[in-house]
Amino acid sequence: MTERLFEGADWDFRTLQRITDACEEVALKDLGLDVYPNQIEVITAEQMLDAYSSVGMPLFYKHWSFGKHFAFHEASYRKGLMGLAYEIVINSSPCISYLMEENTATMQTLVIAHAAFGHNHFFKNNYLFKQWTDAEGILDYLDFAKNYVMQCEERYGRTEVERTLDAAHALMSHGIDRYPGKKKLDLRAEEKRAGRRRQHEEEVFNDLWRTVPAGKSKSRSALSVERRRKLLGLPQENLLYFLEKSAPRLAPWQRELLRIVRHIAQYFYPQSQTKVMNEGTATYVHYRIMTQLHQQGRITDGNFLEFLGSHTNVVFQPEFDDQRFSGFNPYALGFAMMQDIERIVTRPEDEDREWFPDIAGKNDVMGVLRDVWANYRDESFIGQFLSPKLMRHFRMFHLHDDPEERAGIRVDAIHDERGFRRVRRELARQHDVGYIDANIEVVDVDLSGDRRLILHHHVIKGSQLNETDAKRVLQHLADLWTYDVALIEVDANDKVLREYVVSPRPIPAAVA
Amino acid sequence: MAIHIIDRRLNPGGKSLENRQRFLRRAKSLVQGAVKKTSQDRDIKDVLEGGEVTIPLDGMHEPRFRREGGTRDMVLPGNKKFIEGDYLQRSGQGSAKDSGPGEGDSEDAFRFVLSRDEFVDLFLDDLELPDLAKRKIAQTESEGIQRAGYTTSGSPANISVSRTVKLALARRIALKRPRKEEIEELEAAIAACTDEDERTELIARLEALKAKSKRIPFIDPLDIRYRRFEMVPKPVAQAVMFCLMDVSGSMSEHMKDLAKRFYMLLYVFLKRRYKHVEIVFIRHTDRAEEVDEQTFFYGPASGGTLVSSALQAMHEIVRERFNPSDWNIYAAQASDGDNSYSDGELTGLLLTDKILPVCQFFAYLEVGESGGSAFDLSDSSLWTLYERLRNSGAPLSMRKVSERSEIFPVFHDLFQRRDTAQEKAAP
Repeated sequence: MTERLFEGADWDFRTLQRITDACEEVALKDLGLDVYPNQIEVITAEQMLDAYSSVGMPLFYKHWSFGKHFAFHEASYRKGLMGLAYEIVINSSPCISYLMEENTATMQTLVIAHAAFGHNHFFKNNYLFKQWTDAEGILDYLDFAKNYVMQCEERYGRTEVERTLDAAHALMSHGIDRYPGKKKLDLRAEEKRAGRRRQHEEEVFNDLWRTVPAGKSKSRSALSVERRRKLLGLPQENLLYFLEKSAPRLAPWQRELLRIVRHIAQYFYPQSQTKVMNEGTATYVHYRIMTQLHQQGRITDGNFLEFLGSHTNVVFQPEFDDQRFSGFNPYALGFAMMQDIERIVTRPEDEDREWFPDIAGKNDVMGVLRDVWANYRDESFIGQFLSPKLMRHFRMFHLHDDPEERAGIRVDAIHDERGFRRVRRELARQHDVGYIDANIEVVDVDLSGDRRLILHHHVIKGSQLNETDAKRVLQHLADLWTYDVALIEVDANDKVLREYVVSPRPIPAAVA
Repeated sequence: MAIHIIDRRLNPGGKSLENRQRFLRRAKSLVQGAVKKTSQDRDIKDVLEGGEVTIPLDGMHEPRFRREGGTRDMVLPGNKKFIEGDYLQRSGQGSAKDSGPGEGDSEDAFRFVLSRDEFVDLFLDDLELPDLAKRKIAQTESEGIQRAGYTTSGSPANISVSRTVKLALARRIALKRPRKEEIEELEAAIAACTDEDERTELIARLEALKAKSKRIPFIDPLDIRYRRFEMVPKPVAQAVMFCLMDVSGSMSEHMKDLAKRFYMLLYVFLKRRYKHVEIVFIRHTDRAEEVDEQTFFYGPASGGTLVSSALQAMHEIVRERFNPSDWNIYAAQASDGDNSYSDGELTGLLLTDKILPVCQFFAYLEVGESGGSAFDLSDSSLWTLYERLRNSGAPLSMRKVSERSEIFPVFHDLFQRRDTAQEKAAP
């Protein structure tokens, strides 16, 4: 019989090493996972709180809003309103997993299997992460960002930097490229680029240019609307990118700050699109690894029961009328779907053969799953792999709430023959960021007139922007643009529903 | 594949401290308001423990474009009885979910915990002793000596033995100098050894050890550290605060409580904000005595009332210990305002002739019964006297307090920083 990895709840660093080795063996040999090198770090509760407030990253630039989140988390943690996560994992190479020191040995095994192998494999192989993130460069880039912000604060004053960052943060969710560009993101080159540009500016600086009389500028009115929009790269939905490139009066360092915020937003973009898949993958992986270790006799029955207890809590899905309900639990849905795929691949029923002819009865569970993990995101994953059996299991139903409808909220479809496809389509749509985020883009700039920036919000299903927030965000936008900004909400028929116009606040005289 | 396991627990904590301070700085006016509000209904001791404050969200809000309203579609789990085409009644308002920190439109307050230091700092932030700078600048500063760490050179008298031995020990361990026990052990082994070969080997090892312990000295000149001293300018002009409290029989428990609270606050304020403030506690009935802090705040006493006795005592202490040309002198007096009629004249004289000329600032706090109805009647004898003095130009500050909750505002009022006070007066 194989040696036990540990007994009881205590662990030390040698135990962690043994656990990691055992998990790695199962992950690589039995499951065929492909992971970044692992780095496992043990931290305290206080450090976990620190990590919470800087979006889980080990280093980040300084900003008051992180302090606010820290104060909030700390207060609720102290009062016992909130438990802390068992781990945090970072999409970087090497892949860093933070483990809480107070976890028991079983929990450490669970989180190592979950984070260091499950998430790690997903980060390395999913197409979105490959396309949008640069795991090797992210930590260096964050380091660069931190230092850059610090330098800016020294040179241009903390208030100025804070003002720019506040504005950039407000626009962060609209600082993302949604369509892959020509080249892959290379964060390591970013730092060099910023340095080179600064150097170039210093080299070519010549005060004489200031004295050269400017020639007559070409008549702007000659530019056709089409040509103008093309020159500015419009329409543009990446607001931060547009400001970085085209805002008329930003200083170079402000553009660089916008760029930093934009890059970081982009780095997190895949995570928001793959919550269900990412957690599903990790949960499935830890479940397989733990079961395997138990079967090999390396974990005692008692410890395995402890694991099953936490596992069940994690994948608990309250029903809609339950007090605890707050939407679909990505762990529950993801894990159930992964297990369901395993079932379809190994023990299909007639219904599954009809719905999933490609994978039903294929018998190569890990092959199918690895392919799914690599090539889908939440929306397409649910849209293709949610089976009728699972919809029946969760007893899913679709509600349509039209405020105009007097009779109330309509039940549009339920888990029956007529409803399967509609329920599935709707659930997939709920996980589509294209539907969740407001669709706002820059459509035009009035170059010949008052340089007003014009944005459109394409309203879907009558859901308009929250007024207070919209005004505040637009205020930030106007401050960066330094001229008026107009946001027009239009519906699908181009009918104007609402118009906001915001003027920039005067910049305090202290700007140097 | 190499797996790194790293223990980060010993890394310096407080990574978020800087961010937290930025947040507090940004929210300062809000937090300060909240601190003052919370402190009103708390005990002074509790105030100094820090604690939770609540600030309104406005201004701390991080806006985002958020959509709301419109037609909503949702897929939910747990269907029990619905079939397609059913209609569900809307239950009044759609139940909005709680939002995270600072999100959402709600006017919800943002709660968080301040540490003790943060709390007291904010609480006392806009207070100062009036006119403290005046004499400080006028006076020359003398140099004082202060300990300032260790140095590698200095006079033998200043050798820090403990530090030197500590370093030597570290060096000996690092260079693996053989310990005395090891050598003794080896010698014993040699003595007990019978086998010739082994013996020679042991002797060789012993020689090696001995040579090594000679090479690596017990104490090396490198290890020696001297205590370092630094000259620091010491302001000659210092401040002394006289706390005069009436503990006579006419003071009810409530009044004493108010006065004590006031002094407690004053005490904390002075201790915290000024390094060189001396505090003298004088309590009086019909005679005055200088007491220590503990007796002043907690010792029981009662008797008749002669305010002049306290002023006389203060005058004597000033003459003995605090030369007015070297010291900024402040005084705060608390009383219920009762004074024996015959004493009024003497009190007035003492105050105008002896006390006020040497004082930078004299505050008088009159405590009354809860409800404050007493104030609607005629002013007390002491109040009338002081008011007359003030009207004739004496630098007196006077306030009345009858409720616990008034202590903090009055205190703030008395010690408000002058420039801010002026700003408020002339906006």
